[in-house]
Amino acid sequence: MPVPLLKQGQYLIASIQSSLSDADLIRLRDDVLEQVARHRSRGVIVDVTVLDVMDSFAVRTLNALAQMITLRGAETVIVGIQPEVAFAMVQLGLTLGGVATALDLEEGLAYLDERAKQSMRGGH
Amino acid sequence: MRHFTVSSAEPTSDVLSELVAHLRRNRAQLREEWIRRISAFRLLTSMTKEEIFAEATSVFDNYVEVLETGSVEALQAYARDLSERIIPRGVDTPEVLGIVLLLRDVLARSLFEKYQGDFALLNGVLDAYEPAANRIATTVAVGFVQERERVIRQQQEAIRELSTPVLQVRERLLILPIIGAVDSERARQLTEQLLRGVRSNRAKVVVMDITGVPSVDATVANHLVQTVEASRLLGATVIVTGLSPEIAQTLVTIGVDLTKMNTVGDLQGGIEEAERLLGYYVLGRRKTSSTPDKPQEA
Repeated sequence: MPVPLLKQGQYLIASIQSSLSDADLIRLRDDVLEQVARHRSRGVIVDVTVLDVMDSFAVRTLNALAQMITLRGAETVIVGIQPEVAFAMVQLGLTLGGVATALDLEEGLAYLDERAKQSMRGGH
Repeated sequence: MRHFTVSSAEPTSDVLSELVAHLRRNRAQLREEWIRRISAFRLLTSMTKEEIFAEATSVFDNYVEVLETGSVEALQAYARDLSERIIPRGVDTPEVLGIVLLLRDVLARSLFEKYQGDFALLNGVLDAYEPAANRIATTVAVGFVQERERVIRQQQEAIRELSTPVLQVRERLLILPIIGAVDSERARQLTEQLLRGVRSNRAKVVVMDITGVPSVDATVANHLVQTVEASRLLGATVIVTGLSPEIAQTLVTIGVDLTKMNTVGDLQGGIEEAERLLGYYVLGRRKTSSTPDKPQEA
């Protein structure tokens, strides 16, 4: 089942609705990259609130997604990781090292806004 | 004198009642001998002479009664009761077992003495005495150990129930003061509680104060790192405070890598750092009220 991608201003929101197979994850990654290029988005939010499992493949794919998006000059935030999922992830050593995380969608948007402000201040 | 066959059951009970009668007759003398030996072996050093005497009397009477009736229930209850009284005073398992074995020996000696003329009778008496005496020793020792274990279990539960509070000190700022030793079970509970706290308070920053943690080794440090990483996955930054100089030395010496953790010296510094991260400014009120309308925003 494909993940709906919502364009919200300069941001792209991938709102995961059900648990994802490996193929779904790959498709999500490809779709997001393609959409970021098309809309010239500055930030991507991946909402994983509904996921009650994050396996190593999912974590690796999200990590790769974030790195690819960085190469496109945009930022990625993973939002909505459940406490139990977070605990299981650290137990397995899956810590999503290079990716920003936030509590929920609202926080994710606030984070991207903040980053945009910072880069404006810093850049010009 | 009557003759006893060693293996038959009926005469054994006869022997037993004679044996019990003998022990009752010589109660005072045997008890004295027993107490003398207890002090000679330096057992029960944490108790006074009077206390030893009182306990010795009741143990002796219980002992003889069990020999007579063969029922250990009363003795079990007594052993539990005794353990409850003496464990808090620091009496050890070897001591308790030691005194019971001493009593067994004292009584056995008196039997040797009494029946030394008739070897067959002595054999019969010992046949009746030994199993009962051994059962008593086992009962008391087991009762003592069980009581100890019960106390330990109770204490463990109490420790587990000492919850670690997750406190909100400002909007989006939590503090988590950790007191006491951290093992993997406690670390798991702690992390769960913190993650739940982060979510329900929508926290951005957590100050984890470990001033009250007596020792931090590689395992504990690893638990702390896991807690920090799990919180980050929920979008919260963790600041660890209260690493004492000794702990800092230990961690560096054993080569624990805490570079991933955000550490500040003490709780005050941690809260100040957290306020900075959250964009709070704390302004002291001016002593003179010459500038009453100081703008809040810097």
